[in-house]
Amino acid sequence: MKKFINKVDDILVESLSGFSTAHADLVSLHLDPAYIERKNKASNKVVIISGGGSGHEPLHAGYIGYGMLDAACPGHVFTSPTPDQMLAAAEATHANQGVLFIVKNYAGDVMNFEMAAEMLAFENATVYTSDDCAVVNSTYTTGRRGVAGTVIVEKCVGSLAETGANLHACKALGDKVNQRISSMGAALTSCTVPAAGRPTFDISDTEIEMGVGIHGEPGRRREVMREADAIITDCVDAILADFQVKNLTLEKNNEALLLINGFGATPLMELYLIYNIAAKLFKQHGINISRSLVGNYTTALDMAGASVTLCLLDDEIKQHWDSPVHTAALRWGC
Amino acid sequence: METAFILYAAKEIQQAILTNENTLESLDRAIGDGDHYINMKRGANAIIGIEAELAQLSPEAALNKIGLKLLSTIGGASGPLLASFFISMAKQLPNNNNDHAHLKFVHAFAAGVQAIMQRGKADLGEKTMLDVLIPVSNQWLLLAQQNHDVAFICSSLITTAEQGMLATKDLIASKGRAAGLGERAIGHIDPGAKSCQLMITAVCNLILKS
Repeated sequence: MKKFINKVDDILVESLSGFSTAHADLVSLHLDPAYIERKNKASNKVVIISGGGSGHEPLHAGYIGYGMLDAACPGHVFTSPTPDQMLAAAEATHANQGVLFIVKNYAGDVMNFEMAAEMLAFENATVYTSDDCAVVNSTYTTGRRGVAGTVIVEKCVGSLAETGANLHACKALGDKVNQRISSMGAALTSCTVPAAGRPTFDISDTEIEMGVGIHGEPGRRREVMREADAIITDCVDAILADFQVKNLTLEKNNEALLLINGFGATPLMELYLIYNIAAKLFKQHGINISRSLVGNYTTALDMAGASVTLCLLDDEIKQHWDSPVHTAALRWGC
Repeated sequence: METAFILYAAKEIQQAILTNENTLESLDRAIGDGDHYINMKRGANAIIGIEAELAQLSPEAALNKIGLKLLSTIGGASGPLLASFFISMAKQLPNNNNDHAHLKFVHAFAAGVQAIMQRGKADLGEKTMLDVLIPVSNQWLLLAQQNHDVAFICSSLITTAEQGMLATKDLIASKGRAAGLGERAIGHIDPGAKSCQLMITAVCNLILKS
């Protein structure tokens, strides 16, 4: 293992300290229990809190700020945070309109957020993200996994919350957006959890893992490495099939957002190459890609690979995607 | 049940976890993600770390405190599950005033197991810790109702726990970490079932010794 580390046990705190110092205009860090909260706190709105295992940066702390999250709770690498973190974050940020948790659908995250929700003294609700169409049950889940599409849910719900919408409306929008997203990823290499010190899985130079999760957990199948066109065609086909299963009919000129997400060790040059392929394929199916995002938005430490995410837009989702946002990892319009 | 007994039991459990590092690690590496031992060790050590504080509390307050400490220490899925067990046990313990001391404890244990089932939305036969906990809970209630002596009950529960743990070997997982593996999980004992069996055996042996 070759990584920038002082002591394995100190990685998380040192990284969080760096993040909060670099973005001191946007966030502040609290430890014991660990949470990161937004500067310029809102005084009267639904508070949006997310969290999850570390190693997926910039998810979630990178999305704290105007138009997105109010706080994020980082767990150990690939391990869910604990309820005391969520309670502390909720108590620090709540602004009289209740708390909405956005939680990726993994067994540990679900249970820890569930217990926090039960212990929390004020009104709250939870949106579970489950955009990954690769597998139904995985190493970490019962049901579908929440992956890169989580960023789109956080952006839209965060935008709605800024308008003063109530908790019920924020939860409803989050569920709707999640339902209209589908993701599929492929890994070219494994990732190395620092505490483990060795790659999570073995994969040869001539193999890829189709439908990999964001912790390096197995996906649909191990297959032989092929040219990009073939791999991305499979991802796009899986997404289109998933929309059919979800009964979301794709009409002519359906507007959609296409997100190409890097897992941490694939260069932007390749991510744009993937975008080029996926956009053409979706267009052939009559889908109008009217919004795009390309980059490392939901990573898996140092894994090489990428995921394709398609979100079917409607006027409401489009409006909340386009609205101003000011966070460390996403910023436009202000 | 006295608080002092809970503390002795906690120490026995810690020892049982620490001396089975290799077993727990290799089981979890086979069908999980290899962190089960580290998480269980962190939890057990955290409880021993607040021993002095626990000693001042009533049994139910001590069990509740243990639950809350595990909840903020372990994380992942084991944290909320074990925490739910102890917190529910603590809630149930002061109830059932008509029961004799032993039966009260049996009912508290059963309430803890129920809480794990609810939190994890899992049942018997899904290749999880419940494959040890549910049979032990049922067997214990049965033997206690039949007024068997404590020594007989403890030896019997050690056997029940071992059978439950071994039975997970042939199961396909439908809940928990191994759920994504399908048939690939067959032939491996569930690490959560193994650690529960170790803990139950440690406490039963403690009672048999005293």
